[in-house]
Amino acid sequence: MLNVGAINEGFVLDHIKAGKSMTIYHNLRLDKLDCCVAIIKNARSSKMGKKDIIKVECPIDMLDLDILGFIDHNITVNIIKDGEICEKKQLKLPKQIVDVIKCRNPRCITSIEQELKHVFILTDPEKEIYRCKYCEEKYDDRRDKKDRR
Amino acid sequence: MRHLMSPLDFSVEELDRLLDLANDIEKNPDKYAHLCDGKRIATLFYEPSTRTRLSFEAAMMNLGGKVLGFSSANSSSAAKGESVSDTIRMVSCYADICAMRHPKEGAPLVASMVSSIPVINAGDGGHQHPTQTLTDLLTIRSLKGRLDNLTIGLCGDLKFGRTVHSLIEALVRYDNVSFVLISPEELRVPDYIREDVLEANHKNYREVIRLEEALPDLDLLYMTRVQRERFFNEEDYIRMKDFYILDKAKMELAPEDMLVLHPLPRVNEISTEVDNDPRAAYFKQVQYGVYVRMALILTLLEVKVC
Repeated sequence: MLNVGAINEGFVLDHIKAGKSMTIYHNLRLDKLDCCVAIIKNARSSKMGKKDIIKVECPIDMLDLDILGFIDHNITVNIIKDGEICEKKQLKLPKQIVDVIKCRNPRCITSIEQELKHVFILTDPEKEIYRCKYCEEKYDDRRDKKDRR
Repeated sequence: MRHLMSPLDFSVEELDRLLDLANDIEKNPDKYAHLCDGKRIATLFYEPSTRTRLSFEAAMMNLGGKVLGFSSANSSSAAKGESVSDTIRMVSCYADICAMRHPKEGAPLVASMVSSIPVINAGDGGHQHPTQTLTDLLTIRSLKGRLDNLTIGLCGDLKFGRTVHSLIEALVRYDNVSFVLISPEELRVPDYIREDVLEANHKNYREVIRLEEALPDLDLLYMTRVQRERFFNEEDYIRMKDFYILDKAKMELAPEDMLVLHPLPRVNEISTEVDNDPRAAYFKQVQYGVYVRMALILTLLEVKVC
């Protein structure tokens, strides 16, 4: 197994579904951060077979991890301080998602209005349904996944 | 400052006050004739409309106010690529209140986010048309005497028909209201209306294809037009447009006190022979539309009514 050094302060995102790490990298906007990020793809996992891991060395208040709850709430988030795991964060569905997914409704104002943020609101936490703030179109996860393939 | 994006922006109590005000305007129009002297409404219509635009304009003029605006995207800066946000910022400097119709869903909401004057959604794509709903509610309450204990048939294009979506959302808040959704398979109500509105509010509803099957049970039949502009494909439109035609023979199946409403314009879906039936209320509905828009303008402008 490839070895990546321990971090002193930051996050270890574990049990990421294999292949999903780059999506998370972009959604968390890690490319915009001036800090050390390690992405481990296809690591061996007894539980999952293969998994991805992301390690981010940064102050722990720097990242908004709520979006991870939307992407995959099975991800384990370890918060590291002084080289130790100080907290395992429980992921929950964010009430609102901004500029992560796009509204696919061709009749939605987001399709033409310049610089308008794509905002989705959690309208049914039980069924995990998000709807576009503007046109109320339901976000179709399956369709999005199909398009990403 | 308040805007109107959806009929749900008003609570049931607020709605009652608004409808009471509209009824008072109907009875005492002179009392309201100068309450908006010196005020202006901007009617920003990015897609064609006769009734709604004229209704807003008539409403403001009846209150003593003035009107400015445009009636198609081609005659506005939208043709030059101006955003909705920029347009409303500009219009806020010219008018005291604005009514916006836009083919894109959510456009009035975007306008309300940056506007310094109240914005009224006058119809956004296939999404919402709250002032039509206020008109419908006023018509039903005035002619039926109630908004609860009703069985309401909604017929025609229930998929793209925004008036239908808004009306359902408003009526689920009243007790013992049930719905019969009459449409071809292809034009059934969208899932968010079925799941988040009807089922979430535990309302009785059934979906049927044949109008004749529904008619005997209804207190109210709300007919809608199949709208050419909502279809991407002309062939689908032609196949659907004459699916329902309400005529004299079908009206014989309906109860004697059933009302027929229609947001208009009508094309073929109500035969002109029904117009003289006392149950046909769609032209009275147009008049109620002016009263309720007058009440709405006064409410959003926070004009004191003595």
